[in-house]
Amino acid sequence: MSALASIAWREVRRAWEAGGLVLPVVFFLLVAILFPFAIGPDGKLLARVGGGVIWTAALLAALLPVERLIAPDAESGVLDQFAARGLSDSAVAAAKMAGHWLGFAPALLAATVIAAALLRLPGDALVPILIALAIGTPGLAALGIATAALVSGLRGAGALAGLVMLPFAVPLLIFGATADQPGALKLLAAFSLLLVAGCPLVAGAAIRMGRS
Amino acid sequence: MSSLAFRDVGCARGGRLLFEGIGFALAAGQAALVTGPNGAGKSSLIRVAAGLLAPASGLVDGDGTRALLSEAAALDPELRLDAALRFWASIDGRASAVPEALAAVGLADLAQVPVRLLSTGQRRRAALARVIASGAPVWLLDEPANGMDTASVQTLEAIIAAHRAGGGIALVATHLPIALPDAREIAL
Repeated sequence: MSALASIAWREVRRAWEAGGLVLPVVFFLLVAILFPFAIGPDGKLLARVGGGVIWTAALLAALLPVERLIAPDAESGVLDQFAARGLSDSAVAAAKMAGHWLGFAPALLAATVIAAALLRLPGDALVPILIALAIGTPGLAALGIATAALVSGLRGAGALAGLVMLPFAVPLLIFGATADQPGALKLLAAFSLLLVAGCPLVAGAAIRMGRS
Repeated sequence: MSSLAFRDVGCARGGRLLFEGIGFALAAGQAALVTGPNGAGKSSLIRVAAGLLAPASGLVDGDGTRALLSEAAALDPELRLDAALRFWASIDGRASAVPEALAAVGLADLAQVPVRLLSTGQRRRAALARVIASGAPVWLLDEPANGMDTASVQTLEAIIAAHRAGGGIALVATHLPIALPDAREIAL
């Protein structure tokens, strides 16, 4: 197994073992459960806002694991060991991004099916939401890694992470929640791709800065 | 042939110059001992050698891969010791070297114990096992004897001697006495 594949796999393993996977998914479902209580049992209204609720919940759930993505590895010397082996920080960040996505996206998609039922979304609305989430979650994973690298080692990193990450996630939210509109999926894919391509570079630079 | 050379290297941290004009060359089988008071830049010198810090002046070159033992063990606490070591060894393409490395540091009996249960000295030896398993000819050891008991320090000295006898190089920063025969001393 190549070094980058090992790093990605380690990320998946840690997500599953440390419960870092269960927490975001439970949180995601909790938001989906709370919404009908707050809005009331009006099926039509719930079905109308359901897509937006799912995306908002996914965004907030993606914020939860940010603190454990980079900071523990920076502290325990793992990132230094990668660098000492000649792996570039950006490549490590990209591998971590892939592993992070594998760790939370499939479970989030599965939980979306449950959330859709709770929000009384019609069956034919579920598939576009799942497709949009499948396209948008790599962007969320990328943003999570970049944010984690930027706030790593700071006090109050958790609260700061939200302030750093959520503004950049707004385009994902807009195009994802309106995935049934013409062209929205393509714009979602474009923005997600931009994040996937750019965030490892940002995260790599942040990791390098944190070292000196 | 492995080698490691510092040419007129200077290092600054946070705008403060730690050291400058450091120059030495180590050929296969040689070792250097970096000494100096706390804060003199011993760890920074090791990190410069590992390529983690860019030198403020001068340059570092040499042949052969370098293995770093830094202050942090870099072993996943939730994994069993042998699995944690195998992660690094497989990145280095030497997964089969783990049992031997564990035996060399005297931790073969603890291979199945989770890393989080190890004591400070055992963790230090486990990190040393990571360096051994890497198979790298150039070892960069930052305070390797920290937290080790007398017997473990002797094991450490024997391991470094064996590494040098096999053509390896060791750059060791320490404030504790470690016996390295014929080692060059770099006082900061």
